[in-house]
Amino acid sequence: MTETLRQINERRRHVTGGIGERWRALPKWQRAIGILAFVGFLYYLPLLGIPGLTWFRTDSIPQGNNWAGVLFLCAIYVLVAFGLNIVIGLAGLLDLGYVGFFAVGAYSVALFGSTQSPVVEGLQNRFGLSQDWAVAWAICLPLAILLTMISGVLLGWPTLRLRGDYLAIVTLGFGEIIRIIARNSDWTGGPQGIAAIPGPQGAPSPDNEIFGLIDAKPWYWLVLSVVILMVFAVRRLENSRVGRAWLAIREDEDAAAVMGVSGFKFKLWAFAMGAALGGLSGFLFASRGGFIEPTQFSAQLSILFVAMVVAGGAGNMAGVALGAFLLAYLPERFRDFSQYRTLVFGAALVLVMLFAPQGLIPSRRRARELKDRAKEAPANV
Amino acid sequence: MKGIFVDFDALFGHLGQHTVDGLSKGSIYALVALGYTLVYGVLRLINFAHSEVFMIGTFTVVGTWSVLGATDSPAIGTVILLLLAGLVAAAAVSGATAVAVERVAYRRLRRMNAPPLIFLITAIGLSLVLSEAFGIWQGRLVKGMPTVIERSVLFTIGNTEVTNVQVITVLAALIMMFGLDVFINRTRYGRGVRAVAQDPDTAALMGVNKDRVIALIFLLGGLLAGAAALLYCVRYGNTRFNVGFVLGLKAFTAAVLGGIGNLRGALLGGLLLGVVEVYAATLTSSAWEDVAAFVVLVVVLLFRPTGLLGESLGRARA
Repeated sequence: MTETLRQINERRRHVTGGIGERWRALPKWQRAIGILAFVGFLYYLPLLGIPGLTWFRTDSIPQGNNWAGVLFLCAIYVLVAFGLNIVIGLAGLLDLGYVGFFAVGAYSVALFGSTQSPVVEGLQNRFGLSQDWAVAWAICLPLAILLTMISGVLLGWPTLRLRGDYLAIVTLGFGEIIRIIARNSDWTGGPQGIAAIPGPQGAPSPDNEIFGLIDAKPWYWLVLSVVILMVFAVRRLENSRVGRAWLAIREDEDAAAVMGVSGFKFKLWAFAMGAALGGLSGFLFASRGGFIEPTQFSAQLSILFVAMVVAGGAGNMAGVALGAFLLAYLPERFRDFSQYRTLVFGAALVLVMLFAPQGLIPSRRRARELKDRAKEAPANV
Repeated sequence: MKGIFVDFDALFGHLGQHTVDGLSKGSIYALVALGYTLVYGVLRLINFAHSEVFMIGTFTVVGTWSVLGATDSPAIGTVILLLLAGLVAAAAVSGATAVAVERVAYRRLRRMNAPPLIFLITAIGLSLVLSEAFGIWQGRLVKGMPTVIERSVLFTIGNTEVTNVQVITVLAALIMMFGLDVFINRTRYGRGVRAVAQDPDTAALMGVNKDRVIALIFLLGGLLAGAAALLYCVRYGNTRFNVGFVLGLKAFTAAVLGGIGNLRGALLGGLLLGVVEVYAATLTSSAWEDVAAFVVLVVVLLFRPTGLLGESLGRARA
């Protein structure tokens, strides 16, 4: 059994590795055409009607979820994975409480943008504003990002001096604390959550023609555009001074410190940047749903996020995007097995990690690191 | 209003009562924490699946008791029989599960010398598999069981009432703790464990069978988790397929609090965490006890980054 799996894995590595090489060998214009075609296909996805390919739609099965809605969720998860990839894949910090940032972003737009939130009602009473007043959606966006960055720094400041394993447990605790605060406080709406969260066209109402509650397609296109923007932004970040510092810290923190790269400062940066992306995705998620409540931000979701990044291939943006897409999409498409889906998910996670520890699409640099480690392994283990 | 307000009267009026309650709650944390600490001390990895080892133990107790036809508050002889049978069965099944976890999830990765992150993800995956398997098999609702030990006040000190369940829990945890301490510090096998924790490669060169030592620590952790499962069943009288998640989290927190890799630290951390939680729940409301637990952890780590007693399985003799 193990032997067969290993052989399958060898063949997979052979095939997928070859694709990467051949792709990089193509002339630039051919790659540009390929990328454009792929991006066009992504925008076309919610309308997917090509015979044969309709099988992939999640509404092709009985009681399947709205296809565009599922795509929206996939895109949100891809955005989350990009953010978490900065923390885990680039800086090598294990953050098990990433859902906390997602929640802070979601609650920022809910608390300041919804006319029904206790915070807005408090502001209305305090300053004698009208009952319809709330912070505009477009202002909530920078606010959400700012608040998540602040929470990232607040979490990172005391904890980033700790060793990696402690960091994992402290961040896990942070995610839980955010959820417990949201559930037990009055100003967050408590367990009932908050409704009437605005979108780009203001508070949810039947008159919103584009960003309404029913049609998820515009929302998907919006998030997809943000994702594409972030692909460029994060790639620039990776190749910047900060990005190189992250890689250096991940590979050897002591050596980096000797070279004058302050571990603490850049780790804090990674936390803040990662948090900002998490907050952005939480913000978009809450805007689309129009309603949030604390149970949507459980620790299990945090673990799912980490699994997306690591199983996809930490450090490689294509990898983490694939991981995020698969983990969001597969459970929706195969709802027939809904009772078994977490079980299958767990088993798949174990198998991927045992036979392809560097993830489905490994980062080339990380794959080299792993190989080095394997060589350093003592003979008798 | 449901915000945080602090009720000192409730705490200090019955300080002894809450302390005893916290200690008995913390004993269960301590026993599970030992499993984390043993594995971490030797392998430097968080065995995330340990929480499910505990969960399986609780279901084993339920199964054993129903096979033996347990009823509410039986005669004293039957109580002892049920407790012993539950202990043996839970410890055996949990121990076997823990060893199996090591074989399936970790051995291959250890040979590859994979980074800790990979171990963690496999452990998370396995943890999901185990808890979901029980969710599907045993249903997702809370599973009750007969109250084998009827709670009664054993003795009273001042206004502090100590119940029989609390005495049993704390005593059992202390005895097992002591047994483990002796095993690790005085026996031949324990010396092997300490040697591998200190320096795996040198230990291997000196003829210690590393694979066997690693299997041994997983087995020990599993046995203790099984014992903790029995105490949990006696104390709470119910279980659920996801019971391990929160308890595992707390137990790991306890291990870190005391100094991970340090056996006595796990005991101290577990008891302390139990007491802190009960105090916090009394001061505010039970909704905030988890927050208190994590705040204490962060504060302790800030001032003592290696935990209260420091990390030292390798130097456990000192």
